[in-house]
Amino acid sequence: MPGLDRRRFLSGLGAAAAVASVATPGAARAADPILDGRPLVRYPEKTDLILLTSRPAQLETPMRYFDRALTRNDAFFVRYHTFPTPSSVDLGAWRLRVGGRVDRPLELSLDELRTKFPRVALTAVAQCSGNSRGRFTPRVLGGQWGDGAMGNAEWVGARLRDVLAAAGVRQGAVQVTFEGLDRPAFPTVPQFVKSLDVARAGEDPDVLIAYQMNGGELPMLNGYPVRLIVPGWYATYWVKHLTDVQVIDHVFEKFWMKPAYRIPDTACGCVEPGMAPARTVPITRMTVRSFIAAPAGGARVEVGRPTALKGIAFDGGYGIREVQVSDDGGVSWRRAQPGQDLGRYSFREWSATWTPPRPGRHRLMVRALNGIGESQGYEALWNPAGYLRNVIESIEVQAG
Amino acid sequence: MHARRVAVTVTLLLGLPLLAAAQTKSITLPPDHVFSDLAPGPGVETTQRACRSCHSTDYVVTQPRGDARQWEGVVAKMMSVYGANITADDAKTIVQYLSRQYGK
Repeated sequence: MPGLDRRRFLSGLGAAAAVASVATPGAARAADPILDGRPLVRYPEKTDLILLTSRPAQLETPMRYFDRALTRNDAFFVRYHTFPTPSSVDLGAWRLRVGGRVDRPLELSLDELRTKFPRVALTAVAQCSGNSRGRFTPRVLGGQWGDGAMGNAEWVGARLRDVLAAAGVRQGAVQVTFEGLDRPAFPTVPQFVKSLDVARAGEDPDVLIAYQMNGGELPMLNGYPVRLIVPGWYATYWVKHLTDVQVIDHVFEKFWMKPAYRIPDTACGCVEPGMAPARTVPITRMTVRSFIAAPAGGARVEVGRPTALKGIAFDGGYGIREVQVSDDGGVSWRRAQPGQDLGRYSFREWSATWTPPRPGRHRLMVRALNGIGESQGYEALWNPAGYLRNVIESIEVQAG
Repeated sequence: MHARRVAVTVTLLLGLPLLAAAQTKSITLPPDHVFSDLAPGPGVETTQRACRSCHSTDYVVTQPRGDARQWEGVVAKMMSVYGANITADDAKTIVQYLSRQYGK
């Protein structure tokens, strides 16, 4: 049986030209209980995205966009915490302020940020901490995302460490806080502020203040004019519309760092389903994930005809070493063909070819292995906030 | 929807004095989608008024269904964490409404 299965898979893009087209618009959403009934909406600078909430805007990317490594700016997901959200930016007045425990507080225009600091390009995945929360069992409260609160882009900007060095971080600095233009309507709503340890903020050459996304300016809803890029870590740290960088002498523990965005302080970041963790720590590095974007879940495929499987895999910064697919419930796995390596923080595109052996339903599974041997499990881990999801994903297709 | 493009065009027509305007990028966001509308029932007006002062109610309709204990917890969080201005009476009405319309 495993031998037969192996022959049905012909890894590689060589066969892709000959394979059947299996586009079935709408099928993925109809087949998905979490996305069922949720409308497609069009927001400024965006194509049709799946609505999670209107106000503040939370929009997710349909799975079909993840058949390639880079996610288009207009298809990139949107997630805000408070309302109203920034909707107008005057670059004449906009400044990036750097202050706190520094020798020389800075106020930089976008032009100065672009010209005074080396320009760095980095491809990295932004993924909401709660991506796929809607799939937790038992269910948990919070934004009921499907799998589309993720995206991958080439970011260009200045290194945070270069900006901090220009300001001169003083002795005794412990953390750096980041705040954007978001201003909640009521003063009782906690202002969205995040923090990083000074060790990462001041040293990691890959933490950027990005002013360019996939070769263009950032869409307003993705943080125009600049956002923080913290590659490998969940997007909660990727503060949009960044305006204020403050060096502080203590660990910042206001609402969005504590009690929000915390995971159980256990090796897996998980607890027994339904239980409360004894201790929590801030969520940081992303877990290993992989998805099948094509064909769409629920698609019809033709028996005996080679079908292209395509998708992406990513992790928290060690890079994807291998992607595997299975059509027999995970009894046997075989390697998919990896796409171009765009760096350890990027989506890794993959492809494989599968020939439906007989009529009826087939479940296709995908899993990835990262650079330090971390992978994905058959059983989903659980925590009360619905974070870190990395169970093996699968789709069902109908062969006829 | 895209004010900056308009501003750029105006600048080209009228010359440099409007250059500052071209540095502003603005978008206009759509109103709450009908998808967010709460199911009719006793207490729906009170619930809408309280919730919509801060956010659209798709936050409510997409949540897992839950008993009164779940919705008490949600309303208490909105009041204690986000400072929602809800009277004790209204909180009771809202929990009853949510438990009935979005209960298990």
